[in-house]
Amino acid sequence: MEHVVIIGNGISGVTAARYIRKMSDKRITIISAESKYFFSRTALMYIYMGHMSFEDTQPYEAHFWDKNNIDLVQDYVQKVNYDDKTLHLAETTPIHYDKLILAVGSKPNKFGWKGQDYHGVQGLYSKKDLDLMERNTRNAQEAIIVGGGLIGVEMAEMLLTRNINVTFLIREDRFWGGVLPLEDSLMVKRHLEKHNGLTLRLEEELEEIVADEEKRAKAVITKKGERIPCQFVGLTAGVSPNVDFLKGDQLEIERGILVNPDLSANIPDVYAIGDCAQFKQPNGQRKPIEQVWYTGRMMGETVAQTICGSPVEYKPGNWFNSAKFFDLEYQTYGWVWNELKEGEAEFIWKNDEKELLLHFIFDKESHEFKAINTFGIRMRHEVFDHWLNTNASIEEVIRNLKMANFDPEFYKHFEKEIIEAFNKQFDQNIKLAKNKWWKSLLPQ
Amino acid sequence: MTAINQSISGDTASLNTQQKIGAGIGATGLIILLLASFNVGFQPLWLWLTISLAAIAGGILWYTRATYVGHPEGIKNDGVYFRSLTSKGLYGYLAGVGLTGFYIILYFYPEYIGLVEGSSNEGIIQLFDPLSKSLNGNPASQWFVYGTLYTLAILFFGIKFIIKYRHSRYHIIRTASVMFFQLAFAFLIPEFMARLNGDGLNLPYYDLKNIWPLNYYNFDQYRVDKMINSGTIGMALLIFGIASIFIITPILTYFYGKRWYCSWVCGCGGLAETAGDSFRQLSDKSTRAWKIERWLIHSVVVFVTISTVAVVHSYLGTDTSKYWLTKSAFLWIVGGILTLIFAWVMLFKRHKFQKDALYGAVGFFVVIIAFMGIHGLSDTEHIFLVEKQTVRGGYGFLIGSIFSGVIGTGFYPILGNRVWCRFGCPMAAILGFQQKLLSRFRITTNGGQCISCGNCSTYCEMGIDVRAYAQKGQNIVRSSCVGCGVCSSVCPRGVLKLENGPSEGRVDDNPIIIGHDNQPRLQ
Ligand SMILES: Cc1cc2nc3c(=O)[nH]c(=O)nc-3n(C[C@H](O)[C@H](O)[C@H](O)COP(=O)(O)OP(=O)(O)OC[C@H]3O[C@@H](n4cnc5c(N)ncnc54)[C@H](O)[C@@H]3O)c2cc1C
Ligand code: SF4
Ligand code: SF4
Repeated sequence: MEHVVIIGNGISGVTAARYIRKMSDKRITIISAESKYFFSRTALMYIYMGHMSFEDTQPYEAHFWDKNNIDLVQDYVQKVNYDDKTLHLAETTPIHYDKLILAVGSKPNKFGWKGQDYHGVQGLYSKKDLDLMERNTRNAQEAIIVGGGLIGVEMAEMLLTRNINVTFLIREDRFWGGVLPLEDSLMVKRHLEKHNGLTLRLEEELEEIVADEEKRAKAVITKKGERIPCQFVGLTAGVSPNVDFLKGDQLEIERGILVNPDLSANIPDVYAIGDCAQFKQPNGQRKPIEQVWYTGRMMGETVAQTICGSPVEYKPGNWFNSAKFFDLEYQTYGWVWNELKEGEAEFIWKNDEKELLLHFIFDKESHEFKAINTFGIRMRHEVFDHWLNTNASIEEVIRNLKMANFDPEFYKHFEKEIIEAFNKQFDQNIKLAKNKWWKSLLPQ
Repeated sequence: MTAINQSISGDTASLNTQQKIGAGIGATGLIILLLASFNVGFQPLWLWLTISLAAIAGGILWYTRATYVGHPEGIKNDGVYFRSLTSKGLYGYLAGVGLTGFYIILYFYPEYIGLVEGSSNEGIIQLFDPLSKSLNGNPASQWFVYGTLYTLAILFFGIKFIIKYRHSRYHIIRTASVMFFQLAFAFLIPEFMARLNGDGLNLPYYDLKNIWPLNYYNFDQYRVDKMINSGTIGMALLIFGIASIFIITPILTYFYGKRWYCSWVCGCGGLAETAGDSFRQLSDKSTRAWKIERWLIHSVVVFVTISTVAVVHSYLGTDTSKYWLTKSAFLWIVGGILTLIFAWVMLFKRHKFQKDALYGAVGFFVVIIAFMGIHGLSDTEHIFLVEKQTVRGGYGFLIGSIFSGVIGTGFYPILGNRVWCRFGCPMAAILGFQQKLLSRFRITTNGGQCISCGNCSTYCEMGIDVRAYAQKGQNIVRSSCVGCGVCSSVCPRGVLKLENGPSEGRVDDNPIIIGHDNQPRLQ
């Protein structure tokens, strides 16, 4: 029986295993060093904040793996021998594979800052990092976070729940400026600043970390020369593929493991998925390395079909994503860039008091709807996906916005105001469509 | 940089000073009650009663203010798993023992809190006499004391809940609803009805929202007699009682799901949602617990149906010329209705019923065989040859007292706040059956947005593994879901929406996760 071995039990590896099991009776083994059972990395923050136990972050019960006949090995793979198809592990005997799926994820970036390896300085990616953070922040009162991305915000939220003051060093002139347009970014910044104990320092970078005699961080010095005392430094300036142990002269690696559209690597019977894969030709507007939960899942779904004999290419649909900045929820459908692109127009509606913002992007000429960022109002994925697929016009979207709303029942609705603002700005006279069951918007 | 409160730096487990003051004030109120039960002789009664109740209420409010006011709106579950009380630590177990003890005394040893048969009250119960007299004209009983404390808990923990979830109008409105129903329907109206009695009226104590089979004794002879003998109002009550379960309930459940009752109206649900909110994460999400739940709760329905039918059967006559509804006519009618429902489910709804079909079939046959047993082996004083009072008492003891009170509420800090609703409540089982088969209610999953974080499952008080559905892009249609909406609130990615809509596509057994063009389709 063919033996499929997967290194990495994150979302991508586990999704691949689940679908291979559904489609075949191949022998499946998942090897992972971090934990025996799959857990949700995205939930690490909730363990630290006391919302959940570690067990609560595990999507499947222990018996699931037995029942589905998926073998789990908790060990570290030191080396892969592609010639005789064996994996050499730190503790157990070598394992032979017929097909190998590399789903080894990422590691936090460290850009060679002075002092980046002192005690009390760390990134946040793994369960081990979380445990370390627990120890590192025990007696901390002041923390510095370097890099204003999503993990940085999560870390700030985590630290504030332990009453640790946080100073955020952000290189750009605005929060998450590489991704969010100005208005959106300002809305998030205002929300963040509502939280006592949090300070944002824009256009400020880390120069060096200073430590005491015991090599424990005690302050940082910024590029502008300011010295800020602290007992903890969080490094959250992005992640990069965790591929060091795979480097050699056989497997093609650039930043990530280079893969073809069907996720196969340059060596036969070896595939790479999730955070660690780098597409030789990126998909449309997508980046060559995609480091989000959803794309890891989709790559797992894709590779499973190839391995089970019906090869398909990785074909993600419309881009979507979501995040939460403290209490401010954010969703996006389609590509909203941080600056308008050639030929794009925008419509922004916001309510500062209630912290709501909708940012629509559409084609200047044809009025075709392109994308939306939404803050504080939940939107229905299925409806927006449909609008993107059918090249709906911005007018159609605005008119039917109520049916795309996904907020809980009884929440206040703002569609009337939104339409009025739109009509005023674009000198139009569209009317709110009659509210019907949302599915009536989709093809039957 | 704004300095923040350093007093609890690094220690998320302990309460801050203001929270401690709140807890202290509340505890004072409880200590007064405790002392009263040792006949400390608080006089005047009304003053001490007021002080005690005001301290309990004020303590809850003070604590609420210290915890939520002044902080941004949003989900506030920080430290839930670090606090001993809410994570099955020592305080959790102590609270469990305390509550359980209270229920045991209440149900089985009311004399310890001051009930004196045939004489005036002492202890705690005496303390409540002034309030009871002002409402219904009579001295208090242990049930009056319980009802007052229960209502107080729903009202003030209700305020706490509303402030905690003040960003959600769904929670504000539904909590206001349970508070209203508890205060008006469970507490005030029955007391006023008692006051109306006399002058040809002899109404039974009737909490109108307490529907059979939750109120398993509603059709017992003494109640039915009282209603029949109380003229139009009494007959209206009797008809309302029957219509509640056979007409009103199915219609509302069809339109809104069982939540209209379980988390908007019901008193047990009301206490669970408000006073029990801090314990919702303790429910067991394992598939094993789900299995136990299904066997247990359906057995309770079977039990309550058989025992009610047996009791009604026992007081009906045998002579058709006196009254058309005789013992055997009654059995035939109930048996016939059940057979029709069973046949309809098996013919038309089998696919939705799935694994539950087995439970349904077993339950149905047990009921039918029991009816034959009632027919052959019961008479006016005996049910299955056993004395009537024994059967009734058995249900009341096992389900009414031990399950719903001692375990159901006493074990909040250990098994979560909906143990009774999930494992024991026959009303929840019947509503759940309707919700699963014939309802417009579902929780919709928002396409592919789920990140499997597990907040929804953790905070589902009914122990539903919501994530298992959400991460597959599947709607949640579960008989046990009480529609509290907390899963939707705690979800950090906006993935869940409780909604009512056409039944087409409500249950999607082979869901697609949208956003991926090459998502594998399995047969
Ligand atoms: C704190 C945090 C929050 C996030 N939040 C979001 C979010 O809200 N939304 C979103 O879309 N994305 C989020 N992400 C990103 C998302 O979690 C990742 O994209 C996703 O988990 C990657 O999955 P994966 O399967 O590719 O890899 P991973 O989950 O990293 O799994 C790789 C596994 O392989 C193991 N491994 C690696 N090398 C070896 C070896 N040599 N031997 C044995 N085992 C090995 C690792 O120990 C690890 O367990 C977040 C990430 C973090 C860190
Ligand atoms: S599934 Fe959601 S709405 Fe239903 S009971 Fe659980 S938490 Fe409440
Ligand atoms: S809380 Fe939301 S994102 Fe998290 S598992 Fe549940 S549905 Fe998914």
